[in-house]
Amino acid sequence: MSDAFAYGSDPGPRPLLDRLDARMRVAATFTVVLTIVVLRSPFLLAALVPVAVMLAVLAGLSVRELARRLTHLEGFLVILALLLPVTVPGPNFVVLGPVALSQPGVERAVLVLLRVNLCAIAIFTLLAGLEPVRFGHALARLGMPAKLVHLLLFAARYVVLIRAEAGRLHDAMRARAFRGKTSRHTLRTLGHFTGQLMVRAFERAERIDEAMRCRGFVGRFVLVADGRIGGTDIFFAALTGLGLALLITMDRLT
Amino acid sequence: MPVIAGGAAVAAAGIAIGLKALDEREIPKTAILAATFFVVSLFAVPIGPSSVHLLLGGLVGLFLGVGAFPAIFVGLLLQAVMFGFGGLTSLGVDTVNMALPGVALAALARPLMARTAPATRGLIGATVAALAVLGTAGGVTLALALSSADYVPALKIVALTYVPLAAVEAVITGFAIAFLARVKPEILPWPKEARP
Repeated sequence: MSDAFAYGSDPGPRPLLDRLDARMRVAATFTVVLTIVVLRSPFLLAALVPVAVMLAVLAGLSVRELARRLTHLEGFLVILALLLPVTVPGPNFVVLGPVALSQPGVERAVLVLLRVNLCAIAIFTLLAGLEPVRFGHALARLGMPAKLVHLLLFAARYVVLIRAEAGRLHDAMRARAFRGKTSRHTLRTLGHFTGQLMVRAFERAERIDEAMRCRGFVGRFVLVADGRIGGTDIFFAALTGLGLALLITMDRLT
Repeated sequence: MPVIAGGAAVAAAGIAIGLKALDEREIPKTAILAATFFVVSLFAVPIGPSSVHLLLGGLVGLFLGVGAFPAIFVGLLLQAVMFGFGGLTSLGVDTVNMALPGVALAALARPLMARTAPATRGLIGATVAALAVLGTAGGVTLALALSSADYVPALKIVALTYVPLAAVEAVITGFAIAFLARVKPEILPWPKEARP
């Protein structure tokens, strides 16, 4: 736990994308990810990687931030990517001593790696950094049930509060020279940490509940819809749609 | 593709049932629990040279019951929008894999919890947590195996990587529940009158 919150640095703002209606960003993310999943040509996918990185930089991300993010992801992928060439049956691609890498296995691994990385770049560029409140309102206007939207909006707010609470507990533990390692003591400490965090969260929930009832809350917010689909949104949608249609055509022709 | 659609359908059904069972005035409380589990799952727990993030499927199931479906779905959405992390097409499958084992096991374990001493409750919680992680591992493996038979041999090895996580999660959940049973038993969701 010495590197607590290791993957929790918040993405920065996206000056260009923030001008768009939030609904447009959500819809665009889904369309782009679906298109990437549908593409079959490894060459096209490989060619897309630099394009995706360029677009991400254009949207306001730094290459360093993106690289850090993708490296974290690679940790999860590496096992599958290493195992597939060895385990999928088929004609050999290369033989390295006792290890034979099969051609279909290598192809699969490359496809999986490219697709997952491209999807990650797309999500990280288009969706991450969207304020949770705007995200919730966009989902509500796209037809998500009101209760679920409320749950999302409340949870988004509480995550910030509880992270601060967890930070205080973590500081208290560090002040007592706690350092995480593989031991029973660490696990017991983390168990108590979880329990204590829940106690504090619950007490807080009760206070919030009372305060909200005092103000007449009956389980419903008025969702203020301020976004409008404007010229910029239509331009963005047309450009994205055109690009994706072009990609699918190229993929099917090769 | 059929796996993605199937996962989305089951997740939608689970979320619908969970939302129906959720009283509107209970939304803030459910949200704060969802947020707490989300924050805990951000911590990296060291295992040997590596580290893992907790899934907490068992703990969520024990506390929220079917409400685990909407809670976990919201957690995954927040993860995507706050950190740009996680798949979108697999959102349905992921929700089911994380929520279903916990919900099912918790439904079995909750009646037992009401009648036992704090330490035993911790033990039951630990068992639920471990089995829930293995259930998630099984679900992930099944989803990938159904997507393509090519994955099967590799998956046997990938599934093994969940075993240490199951062990760690069991111990942490066990201690957390035993702690709560001693310190603040009234927040445990099972019947209170049977408290020892």
